[in-house]
Amino acid sequence: MAKNDTQLLPGTLFLLILKSLARGPLHGYAIAKRIKSASDDGLEIEDGSLYPALNRLLVKGWLRAEWGTSENNRKARFYRLTAEGRKQLHAEARDFDKLVKSIQLVMRTV
Amino acid sequence: MRTFREFLNRLQFFRRRAQFDREMHEEVQFHIESRAAELEDQGVSKDEALRRARAEFGSVRLAREDSREAWQFQGLEHLLMDLRVGLRVLWRSPGFSILAILCLTLGIGANAAVFSWVEGILFRPYPAVAHQERLMALSGISRGETGITLLSWPDYLDLQRNSRLFDTFFVSKITGTTLSIGERAERTLGSIVSANYFDAIGVHPILGRGFLPGEDVGSRSHPVTVISYQLWQGRFKGDPEVIGKTQRLNGVTHTIVGVAPQGFYGTFVGWAMQFWVPASMEEIFESGGYKLEDRNARWIESYARLKAGVTAQQAQQEISAVAGRLEHDYPLTNRGRSVRLWPLWETPFNNAGTLLPTLGIMLAVVVCVLLIACANVGNLLLVRSFARRHEMSVRAALGAGRGRLLKQLLTEGLLLSLLGACGGLLVAHWCHHALVLLFPARGGVSMYLPGDIDWRVLALTSAVCLVSTLVLGVVPAIQTSKLDLAAALKTEMGGVVGGHGKSWARSGLVVVQVCLSFVLLVGMGLVIKSLDKIRSASPGFTTHRVLTTSVDLVSAGYDIQQAKTFQNELMDRVLALPGVEAAAFARLTPLSFGSYSSSPIFVDAYNVPAEEAPTVEYDEVGPGYFATMGIPLVSGREFTRADDESAASVAIVNETMAAQFWKSSNPIGERVQVKGRWMTVVGVAKDSKYESMRELPRPFFYVPRRQNFAIPAILTIRTPLTPEKMASLLGREIHALDPNLALYEVITLQEQVDRSTSAQKAAVTLLGVLGALALLLAAIGLYGVMSYAVSQSTRELGLRLALGARATDILRLVMSRGLALTLGGVGLGAAASLGLTRWLGNYLYRVSPRDPLAFAAAFVVMLLAMVAACILPAWRATRTDPMRALREG
Repeated sequence: MAKNDTQLLPGTLFLLILKSLARGPLHGYAIAKRIKSASDDGLEIEDGSLYPALNRLLVKGWLRAEWGTSENNRKARFYRLTAEGRKQLHAEARDFDKLVKSIQLVMRTV
Repeated sequence: MRTFREFLNRLQFFRRRAQFDREMHEEVQFHIESRAAELEDQGVSKDEALRRARAEFGSVRLAREDSREAWQFQGLEHLLMDLRVGLRVLWRSPGFSILAILCLTLGIGANAAVFSWVEGILFRPYPAVAHQERLMALSGISRGETGITLLSWPDYLDLQRNSRLFDTFFVSKITGTTLSIGERAERTLGSIVSANYFDAIGVHPILGRGFLPGEDVGSRSHPVTVISYQLWQGRFKGDPEVIGKTQRLNGVTHTIVGVAPQGFYGTFVGWAMQFWVPASMEEIFESGGYKLEDRNARWIESYARLKAGVTAQQAQQEISAVAGRLEHDYPLTNRGRSVRLWPLWETPFNNAGTLLPTLGIMLAVVVCVLLIACANVGNLLLVRSFARRHEMSVRAALGAGRGRLLKQLLTEGLLLSLLGACGGLLVAHWCHHALVLLFPARGGVSMYLPGDIDWRVLALTSAVCLVSTLVLGVVPAIQTSKLDLAAALKTEMGGVVGGHGKSWARSGLVVVQVCLSFVLLVGMGLVIKSLDKIRSASPGFTTHRVLTTSVDLVSAGYDIQQAKTFQNELMDRVLALPGVEAAAFARLTPLSFGSYSSSPIFVDAYNVPAEEAPTVEYDEVGPGYFATMGIPLVSGREFTRADDESAASVAIVNETMAAQFWKSSNPIGERVQVKGRWMTVVGVAKDSKYESMRELPRPFFYVPRRQNFAIPAILTIRTPLTPEKMASLLGREIHALDPNLALYEVITLQEQVDRSTSAQKAAVTLLGVLGALALLLAAIGLYGVMSYAVSQSTRELGLRLALGARATDILRLVMSRGLALTLGGVGLGAAASLGLTRWLGNYLYRVSPRDPLAFAAAFVVMLLAMVAACILPAWRATRTDPMRALREG
């Protein structure tokens, strides 16, 4: 499977992970899949960088992890937003919107 | 807040690292298998799906490393690594490590020990007492005089009543007494205190109570006592029913109302108190009768605690103002008098004041020793950093940043000083009560000079440790920062022995060491010489074959008449003993830590206004005192049995007094007025020492005991018998007269003199130990530098030998280099000593702080140490094999 060339803006990986967990806990593989499908295959996270990012979010206390069973009845580690993670998600989403709007403005006017 | 949570999260991770690896593995496995299953659903073969899923995931190991790193304290991991490397480095060169750690152990240990003494004796002298930092001692002062007086009880009460800036005032006056419980009597120490004492200091008796308000009022009205834990355990075997029992203090029955907690030793620096009694009982312990209403009787030792936030200066102003009003209201007793506050470490009426200069000097000395130890270790590290140039270059070449290398070196320094500090604290712990060993116990009374290792000592030790780490780490770091292999190699090619090359850092350190140890040696020399002078100085009386002891008649309840009869009968029996050449009673003997009587003196020829009459001290002595003590009479006669109550009052003056009051004329037959009584001078005695071996000649006189009787008396006996033999003979005689009496210890006058110079001896011992330590360390430093220099110059030495130099030339070469270093250090040290030794002023007796003999002796010792340190390296240099040296280069 060919890798998509779209590069993630720096810092957006956290935002994407937080957002994908907004509707409920998911395991790592599901997070990767959700981001990929939600972006219409436009964004793909390298599997190798997903887990370090998840761990960094755990350290920050924005996520919690617990073991559960997957849809195919296998043991899997599920990640869930904490209250603080949710706050962080809103804050980062707002900032991101502002950023994108600003960039768009520049692109249109200049 | 957030970072703190992160910190906690990381800590948690630290606890379950193993679990993390397992979970990570499972999680990745799940991810890959899920992906493979998905691919399989798309029709890829099972094996191919798994292969592709793995390939997509990339390096599992990298993902795991990165994830783990998210959790780690990076600094900590590096630190652990540095520590591991550091330990390995130390382990690999055990000789270096042991030497370095030993140097630091001694340096840091000496510091920690002295810190703990300084703190325990000067700053927090009273364990268990609340808010010591705000306590101050109170004493009276007189205008135009340097000495201090104590306070009178009425003045104390007025100060307390009229001051607003103090939490509390309390009295604690030391008193020696005879304690009798059942049949056994012993000499012990206690305090006469104000009734609020235990509340004021925040110490609560573990059994019974403290004193009640009002128990310090009246004359002999409240015979109650609180006893120390030690006394409770020792004499009462920890009896839980001890409250309400009685013990006799100076013969008066006191009811025990309380037991003080363990670890409370009262409030007197130097001695452990065994009991406390309220001030209403002072007559039992103090001479001079009922004094609680007498403004002229100045006898109490008191303290006050400042309110929080009040400065010593404000407090002193208020106290001075109150004292001023007292002077105005009571001109008869208080004219010219004021009151002064003292910080605890300057307390004028206990041992704090005496120990202050000793501890100050010791502090300076141990700092010197620490500096020498650090210089030594720094030198060792320098030498080693040369040896490690290769390692450092390789690490630098592999991309280690300068900061990272510096951190490594600092970690190694930290490791060394940490190990040194641990050893040092052990040393300090062993020296815990070492000070007490230097001051002899007197007659069964226990000394208490604490040196506890609490958090302050630990904090100071850590600070010392940190500083030495910086020093130790930075020295080699400087070398490393100039990491230039080619240049470094060139330096090595140059002859170190010959004096070229960049050995200045090491040589500089050695010069500093020699300099510091020279200063200590000079100090040691001065104090030793001074002690020797004190020892050989004549006290003005015979110290050999004269014994002294006493019998406590006050405690036994003797009245004056009974005491006179007893003392007369005892004297007859003593004089009849075989081996007794002479014997006499005296109220006090010289250098015995008692205080003499004193009185303003008037003489016919020396006219001064009444209030300016000079006060002179005197002793009340019996017939034959001068013969017994061996104090020569210049003219006139000794007191005899005829000088009794019915005879005319007489006195014997010393030479200084004769010269001061009667100028050139002979005082024999002249009159002198003492306490309102005229006495005729019948003799002039040679000057002697009265209170201290270091005192200057001063006026003093003697009066006959029979004409000025007081019950307490010291018995002096001239005899060739040993104290033990005399004790048993005397014991028998005393028992025959009154079986209820007990004899105090029998000691020679020499012993008494020795005890009075114990502070000097302590200073000499401590300076001696530390000076020897410093010398040893400096010698090790010199040896290290010379050995290294020789080992690094094998090529140069080989060349010289090949070109025909003889062994003696080589020997001279190496020795002259060591000599140059030593002379440099000695020169600096001598200059420093000239400026520094005057601080010893108080300890020197008839020795100039610039005594040439002490300087010369220090120089000789230093030179000998130099020779000892250099001889081995020099000898090794002569054994250089020229062929091998040249071949190996």
